Amino acid sequence: MLAYLLRRIAMTVPTLLLVSIAVFTLMRLIPGDPVQLMLGEGADPAQLELARQQMGLDQPLVTQYVVWLRHALTGDLGVSTTNGLAVLPLIWERFHVSAVIVLTAVALASLIAVPAGLVAAWRKDRPTDLAIIGAATLMLSVPSFWLGLLLLMFFGQYLHWLPVVGYVPMSEDFSQGLMYVILPIVTLVLVETGVLTRMSRASTIEVLRLEYVTHARAKGVPESQVLRRHVLPNAFNPTLTMIGLILGHLLSGIAVLETVFTLPGLGRLMIDSIFARDYPVLQGCLLFTACIYVVINLIVDMCYPLFDPRVSVQ
Amino acid sequence: MTHPNSSAAPVLSVRHLKIDLHGGAQTLVHDLSFDVRPGEFLAVVGESGSGKTMAARAILQLLPPGIAQSGGQIVFDGEDLSTRDVKAMRPIRGPGIGMVFQEPMVSLNPVHRIGEQMAEGLRMHTKLSAAEIRARCLDMLRRVQIADPERCLHAYPHEFSGGMRQRIMLASVMLLKPHLLIADEPTTALDTLSQREVLDLMVGLAKDQGTAVLLITHNLGLVGRYAQRAIVLEKGKLVETGDVPAILVDPKQPYTRKLVDALPRRQAAKPAPAAPQQPLVQVRGLCVSYPGARAGFFKRHAPVQVIDQLDLDIHPGEMVALVGGSGSGKTTLGRAILRLAPSHAGQILFRGDDVRRADRAALHRFRLACQLVFQDPFSSLDPRMRVQEIVAEPLRHLPALDAAARGKRVHETLDEVGLDGLGARYPHELSGGQRQRVAIARALVRRPAFVVADEPVSALDMTIQAQVLRLFQSLQAHHGFACLFISHDLAAVEQIADRVVVMERGRIVEQGPRDAVFDQPSHAYTQALLAATPRPLASLAESVPRPSEKVFA
Amino acid sequence: MKKLKTHTLVGGVLIGVLLVLALVAALWTPYNPLGIDLRGKLQPPSAAHWLGTDEFGRDVASRAMRAASTSCLIALLTVALATAVGLVVGVLAGFVRGWTDRVLMAFNDTLLAFPGLLLALGVMVIVGANQWGIVLALSMAYAPSVVRVVRGTVLSLREREYVEASRMIGNGEIYTMWRHILPNCVAPVAVLATSMFGWVLLSESALSFLGLGVPPPAPTWGNMLSSARPYMASAVWLCLVPGLCIALTLLGINLLGESLRDRLDPRTEKS
Repeated sequence: MLAYLLRRIAMTVPTLLLVSIAVFTLMRLIPGDPVQLMLGEGADPAQLELARQQMGLDQPLVTQYVVWLRHALTGDLGVSTTNGLAVLPLIWERFHVSAVIVLTAVALASLIAVPAGLVAAWRKDRPTDLAIIGAATLMLSVPSFWLGLLLLMFFGQYLHWLPVVGYVPMSEDFSQGLMYVILPIVTLVLVETGVLTRMSRASTIEVLRLEYVTHARAKGVPESQVLRRHVLPNAFNPTLTMIGLILGHLLSGIAVLETVFTLPGLGRLMIDSIFARDYPVLQGCLLFTACIYVVINLIVDMCYPLFDPRVSVQ
Repeated sequence: MTHPNSSAAPVLSVRHLKIDLHGGAQTLVHDLSFDVRPGEFLAVVGESGSGKTMAARAILQLLPPGIAQSGGQIVFDGEDLSTRDVKAMRPIRGPGIGMVFQEPMVSLNPVHRIGEQMAEGLRMHTKLSAAEIRARCLDMLRRVQIADPERCLHAYPHEFSGGMRQRIMLASVMLLKPHLLIADEPTTALDTLSQREVLDLMVGLAKDQGTAVLLITHNLGLVGRYAQRAIVLEKGKLVETGDVPAILVDPKQPYTRKLVDALPRRQAAKPAPAAPQQPLVQVRGLCVSYPGARAGFFKRHAPVQVIDQLDLDIHPGEMVALVGGSGSGKTTLGRAILRLAPSHAGQILFRGDDVRRADRAALHRFRLACQLVFQDPFSSLDPRMRVQEIVAEPLRHLPALDAAARGKRVHETLDEVGLDGLGARYPHELSGGQRQRVAIARALVRRPAFVVADEPVSALDMTIQAQVLRLFQSLQAHHGFACLFISHDLAAVEQIADRVVVMERGRIVEQGPRDAVFDQPSHAYTQALLAATPRPLASLAESVPRPSEKVFA
Repeated sequence: MKKLKTHTLVGGVLIGVLLVLALVAALWTPYNPLGIDLRGKLQPPSAAHWLGTDEFGRDVASRAMRAASTSCLIALLTVALATAVGLVVGVLAGFVRGWTDRVLMAFNDTLLAFPGLLLALGVMVIVGANQWGIVLALSMAYAPSVVRVVRGTVLSLREREYVEASRMIGNGEIYTMWRHILPNCVAPVAVLATSMFGWVLLSESALSFLGLGVPPPAPTWGNMLSSARPYMASAVWLCLVPGLCIALTLLGINLLGESLRDRLDPRTEKS
């Protein structure tokens, strides 16, 4: 088991390396003078010359990469050209906002979707199943930014129950902060529950076909226990994979919701940096997001053996 | 076996059972009635589509969705079970009637430990303490001859082989001391030796506890060896009931007679050829190994030697049977000879030339003269090609034949295997037996000199098996190709082989003419295999079909 | 079985309508989608303008139709490009194996390490916001998934006995790949392509909503929704129409995709 974990962790290192190379290459491909891009429009020639030397732009590309990588590993991702703040702390702060919303929403969605999928598969092709699957299909067809907009229109503009713009972190004022995140969380939950329910239902149907389920019934095990102890642990794995995928997808997809609800999150930071041509921040966001995704996949992979003892033997 | 008391009330009484698909669209079981007496061993015999599995499942209300009992009663312990709802069935399932299924690979939940799964039934139906439950589980595991039962309780199903899992399943079911044990093809997925072990254990345990056994099977050999009475089903209807062995020796109904006739039987050995011939295929010192499993982070275990310094000769026109249990290496040998599996030492001589190290041109010539018939009729045919395309494909490599000649050859070959007129069909439109005949046609269309047949009839029903075996024999007699017939089924081998080669763990332990090996086996492994194979009609003999006689007239 | 028919029917109708509108709009719309008429701005739906007008007086219905054309074209091109590249790379990696496989997979996994829209955003920054840029960016974002699926299918097909049989007959590796493996890859790729069409449509809408997709004044449902935000309270129809279009299209694709999957599922074959 330990060997499996160690091996899996070791495998992330080359991936992270390749990711850093990809980000570096991407940034170098942006048309324009790299120094100008790094320092912004208003820099004067002397500063540009200094930066050119500092960045070692006369050096071969590989050396530049190594220098950049060394900086990145110590936490120095440069400085924003719009407001001069250090990039990494800025990203980290914004990440908190996005993370709270994404993690809460995915957790809630999973808690609803997994049992819903289970029940739908159990009562396959009967009214309960059709209702659940119908609702799920509708939910996953609605684009999240439109749903967010509609909810905002209804609860914010029309009913005046919730604020339309602005943000207060919950660490400062819990109840106020809650007001601002409720709608985005609800929107995400509605959209992601659809996808997860479908996945959960499909994998449960697979497992219900298998003989050990019939065997459990043949022993006289009550149906609820069959579902809970025999079906669920086996059906969970594909859903776990899907949760990992969704978390990753939302790392960048959250940008649209943050735009609708004007939240100061990581997605908005990235979009703003694109428009403002703030390339240090953009580079930092790309690197950070990709690395977090690799870590998420690692955690998901490490969760598999908890549910399926066969995995670590491979 | 204690003789059942025929005057006592039956444990199970099925009356006029009717099972339908989709509310009447199709009837799977018509008006089935039979009894199981206390302590009796009753076999339910039939081929696929006979409804035997559905009838068994209906007893415990375990029918798959869409299939339901639409008539009749199932009387157990004086009460009609079909009137009980699912919740009320719970006390019956387990302590009343226990069930063992076919596939050992998926019948145990892979995410729970063995001990947990065995204890579940006891916890549900009895009021024993945890310590008591554990003691009983250990006891039963010892009874089914599992070594180190303590470790077994803690382990997961994937750590055990198929035979062991089936024994654990048996232990788990018998722990609840049911009055009736239903076993649905419990040993079909196991190899010969495991089969015997599991069934002997089942019979022993049933005798100890006075449990009646209802064995669902398609294997008449098992019926002859273990059952006291048998009922025969065909397409959902009861055809015949009778005591064993009377029903096998003197069947009254035509269908039963057909099943009994399908049993493989030994035929007169072919006369030895006048002059000793040069072997067509010679294997010398062949070694095949696979890399060992991972051990730790960087190391691997030692490589596993699958075939170890093996020598073998196959003469032209000879039918050599290669037998052995699982893990003996017989399948690997067949593939290694054809160079479909890599080998790392030794020689494979075909007509005097070494093909193991041959270049592409020589390999191509070798391939033209040899062919392989696969085991699985479902996956050996490309689902997107029609039958005639499949059979015609090998002719690509015979530029001497033009289009018209090719068409003629395909037509002839299809005719020979009895599939004329089916050339335009796709594989999924054919039955298992028909698909296997397509595979045989494909192998023979180039008139090869050497054919390797890898368990070609194992996946087929009894009567179809008999047909295909007879077809194979007649084709071999007609075309005169040498054949390496790989099988775990000694009964089939007895009918068809000229010479028998027995393998155990990568080595040949015995070989010789068929009669010699079957009648006077010298090696312990051969003796064990023979003892494990049920052959109720070993002494009957029949004349060899004449070469020109087509099996399907 | 009856459920299948409803799926196909509803899905087919929705997609059919979409395709018809998209084709028609490529040539003709009731009004000029770019035609500004400041006097007639922000009019609610009426007989003259069935879906109302926007803040520049442009006819919403015409813009929605033209947006259908644009989005469909982008989605089709992206799916075609991603599928083609994915098939070639996937079959190569899965069949040839060895170092080719390892290099290609390292490259593929790196691309896959960028979740969702991230890669597309990055590429858009390089190539700039225009139609071809979007197609390229989204293809790069989705091709790796196709590669994975194709490679996985090829790897499992290689173990099938009919592939071994082909070798046994004496067929060369390339012939075997072409005749036996490729045709059997079609089913899973077709299912994936159908789903991908929906994802690409959604991604393109999201990118346009963020201002990084098709640049105005050319209409796409995403940017129509984005410019409707200031008018949430005053001109509700501006928010409803584009979103509804996206939702109905995605619904249609999902339903059709499901019925396609059910039809091509090998398990429905009777054994």
